[in-house]
Amino acid sequence: MAALADSWSWFVALAVGVSLLKCLFINAYHSTDFEVHRNWLAITHSLPVSRWYRENTSEWTLDYPPLFAWFEFGLSQAAQHFDRNMVQVENLDYASPSTVLFQRLSVVFTDLVFIYAVRECCRCVQGLKGSQDVLNRPSFVLAVLLLWNFGLLIVDHVHFQYNGFLFGFLLLSVAKHLQSQHLQGALLFAILLNLKHIYLYVAPAYGIFLLRSFCFTQDHRDRSIRWSSFSPLRLLALSGIVTSVFAVSFGPFVVMGQLSQVLSRLFPFKRGLCHAYWAPNIWALYNTVDKVLAVLGVRLKLLEEAELPRASMTGGLVQEFQHSVLPSISPSITLVCTLLSVLPAVVSIWRRPRGSRTFLRCLLLCALASFMFGWHVHEKAILIAILPLSILAVESREDAGIFLVLTTTGHYSLFPLLYTPAELPIKVCLMLMFTIFSFTALRKLHRAQGSLLRPLEVVYLLGLVVVAISCEFIFPLSPWQQKLPFLPLLVTSVYCAAGVSYSFLRLYVTLLRSDEKPKQL
Amino acid sequence: MQTWSLVSISVLLAVVVRWGVSLNSYSGAGKPPMFGDYEAQRHWQEVTYNLPLQQWYFNTSDNDLNYWGLDYPPLTAYHSWLCAYVAKMINPEWVELHRSRGFESPAHKLFMRTTVLVTDVLIYIPAVVLYCLYLTDGSAKKRVSVLLSILLYPGLILIDYVSLGFTLWGVLALGLGWDTLGSMAFSLALNYKQMELYHALPFFCYLLGKCLKAGLVGRGFILLVRIAAAVLVTFALCWLPFLPDTSQALQVVRRIFPVARGLFEDKVANTWCSLNTLIKIRSILTGDSQLYLSFAFTLLAALPSSIRLLIKPTFWHFKLALVNSSLAFFLFSYQVHEKSILLAALPVCLLLNEFPFMSIWFLQASTFSMLPLFLKDGLPVPYAVTSVGYLFLTVYLLSPLDDRSEGDLKLGTCDKLFFFLPKMHLACMMRWKFYISNALMAVLSILSVVLDPPPHLPDLFPVLVSTAAFLHFLGAFLHFNILQFSEPPSKKSQKKNN
Repeated sequence: MAALADSWSWFVALAVGVSLLKCLFINAYHSTDFEVHRNWLAITHSLPVSRWYRENTSEWTLDYPPLFAWFEFGLSQAAQHFDRNMVQVENLDYASPSTVLFQRLSVVFTDLVFIYAVRECCRCVQGLKGSQDVLNRPSFVLAVLLLWNFGLLIVDHVHFQYNGFLFGFLLLSVAKHLQSQHLQGALLFAILLNLKHIYLYVAPAYGIFLLRSFCFTQDHRDRSIRWSSFSPLRLLALSGIVTSVFAVSFGPFVVMGQLSQVLSRLFPFKRGLCHAYWAPNIWALYNTVDKVLAVLGVRLKLLEEAELPRASMTGGLVQEFQHSVLPSISPSITLVCTLLSVLPAVVSIWRRPRGSRTFLRCLLLCALASFMFGWHVHEKAILIAILPLSILAVESREDAGIFLVLTTTGHYSLFPLLYTPAELPIKVCLMLMFTIFSFTALRKLHRAQGSLLRPLEVVYLLGLVVVAISCEFIFPLSPWQQKLPFLPLLVTSVYCAAGVSYSFLRLYVTLLRSDEKPKQL
Repeated sequence: MQTWSLVSISVLLAVVVRWGVSLNSYSGAGKPPMFGDYEAQRHWQEVTYNLPLQQWYFNTSDNDLNYWGLDYPPLTAYHSWLCAYVAKMINPEWVELHRSRGFESPAHKLFMRTTVLVTDVLIYIPAVVLYCLYLTDGSAKKRVSVLLSILLYPGLILIDYVSLGFTLWGVLALGLGWDTLGSMAFSLALNYKQMELYHALPFFCYLLGKCLKAGLVGRGFILLVRIAAAVLVTFALCWLPFLPDTSQALQVVRRIFPVARGLFEDKVANTWCSLNTLIKIRSILTGDSQLYLSFAFTLLAALPSSIRLLIKPTFWHFKLALVNSSLAFFLFSYQVHEKSILLAALPVCLLLNEFPFMSIWFLQASTFSMLPLFLKDGLPVPYAVTSVGYLFLTVYLLSPLDDRSEGDLKLGTCDKLFFFLPKMHLACMMRWKFYISNALMAVLSILSVVLDPPPHLPDLFPVLVSTAAFLHFLGAFLHFNILQFSEPPSKKSQKKNN
């Protein structure tokens, strides 16, 4: 029996099953990101390194850090055997069947990193002993929540991106920290930063945690810092690892004198506050309030309609958005807001470090804070919070409740990503599958501690169903479709923004409350 | 986890997989002048919508029967007519008489795929769910495993077969003891697709056997009358518009049973086609004698299991007889299409719980036998994905290769034939055969995709595929026939296995 309980055959089944399912979406709709990555294959394959960040034949210039460029270079070595024309820079919008096959399969295969990372995470979760049924084991539930994650499936395998590969590094690094192998964790995170710089958002959590809990080896009894326990050796090792990764990545470009060119590609501030479709965050609410005020102002004759800046709400193009009533938001304001909102969390783990799980919570808060307040946030970024939160959700009831609200709203906010009618059944069914599973499995997991959701949360989530049905099915058939085409997007992002903000606040409360507990004792 | 959530997740997964497959190419895409089955379905919508019912089955200036003329029973025609109404509402161009021939557009593909999915979700999937929940033994988890294994059977995902949904409702009703409803459902199946005749003998024998058992003078007679009335009424309702004019009805029958097309056409994994590699039957015998020969052989092959069922009308024997009869028809009857193996595959799916090992093996072979068809339709990737996934899934969920499930292998019956071999040895041998046959199917599949056949043997791979599949089917036919003459396991031993 022990052999059976320890066997990981269910994990293999889950992984193989989902990988095969991914292969079925090869011919599904893919977004412009498909061409973006094809172009990068071509750039890295056919041009010398010195031109990688200068090339601009295509509008989709290389704007990921150098290690990702090298990753594309590696892929292109295989790609040329599928279709030589794929790796030509001049072949814009090239999508022959073998190109599609190769690109899709490359995502499926690089997801092996993710699968390995999930396995490591599953080993870290503490399960209740004595649960014989595989379906009710925390590690099984976690594996499904991560491997079969709805968001990751549609973003990577329908919309097309390499998030699974990248999240593999993030989760692996988190797992290493949970296993107290901090140097490995730091190395993985440094690599991740050089693959995609969006993870800079969670870097504060890493930095403070490693500095505080790794470089200081001991605490006082009340968990406050003991300055004398500082270990220079550890700091040296840590900084050595991080610097060498960055040196490998950016070194060649520094030598070629292209650092500023690379950085200007990595951080384009030309884009607007919000993406064409507003990610469900504070700025979506802010924009809506602004719009409502503008309309009210015109109605009440307080404002002249002609004086208002002409701005199409969601024109489909990445563009500047001018507010009519409320003050406009500049990138620096968003940066300040983000830093301010991260601050309490970071201070909390500095003052009273409580192990790797609190670090994970802080990481989540950083991710969510940047999602809430960041500049030009994309709705896909919610996955940075959803995936690591799964680990906490299988371990505690309260986190499970937050997880359910956050994933359901966050995942639903991804719906506009797939707008083609042919993909409608896929997104609806996959979402339902994931949601049904997460609700029933987590409820079963935490059945001893009572219900997961508060009554108001239940009402909110049921409201989401109403929103979904009206936006996806009723609205396209109604006469409003012509007059107010942006309305479903607006409603979706505002409704989801409420849920995401709520989850953010609740998660904050759990961190700060656990901060106070030792005092009460 | 509760059963309902597992069931709903399985159903949703099945829908996603079906839809994922349907995003791929379809039969005859972009291949004028005849296109393929897709165009046939669309053309039927065009014909049924625009022409009066009296002309549906007749060759007229508006209805060229040589271009995908309607050759299915009336229920299919009504279904096309219904779909055509929806099509007309969305885009009239799709069903415009004459001018819509070979119409292809992404939106139209979406529409056609949706009609298929809707029929599947309305008819087939609920029947499978009910079957697994009410007529399968074992724990809730076991039932869900069987459910998932049936729903994800690649053959029925890659090729849609609406009439099987009706048949399944018939089987379901008989299993629950509602004989009248079951016979009505099966009559609907027959009126949807004439190929359902493959299943007619077991239905007939099971119901008749039940009547005989109840006593032909007493309750059995009432039952018989009720069933007969139900069948007659269902048929009459389906044929109502065609009945007033005898020539109409006869023309429909002539269209449904075209005997002029020869013993077999493409490479089919049945006896005649496989025998053809050795003896050229079609050049030796005249058309008529081919017809009689195949008829005689089919009858002979189907008879043993039918007689056995007549004597022992239990549900367990009924399911086996469905397999045996449909396999007999597939192997020996006249004008068999590759797709007809699905008629045997459905009842085998229903046996997945009882005989996981043989069923999985057979289902795998049946998908493989349609490989040339999939390649022609441009479906190599979905074929590979679904069949590898299916093998993996069923082996994981139903563990047919476990030592524990040896009782499930039902090798006891084979022991009588191979009495000289020790039992363990036989089980091991069967397992190795399973591995080898799967490896062979994989190798042949890869070769058919990758290699070009030598110029003087253009049909090399289809012939190899169909012959290999034929051997599997023949073996399965013998095995299930032997099982038909054994007794169902007693409830006690079943409980032990669970």
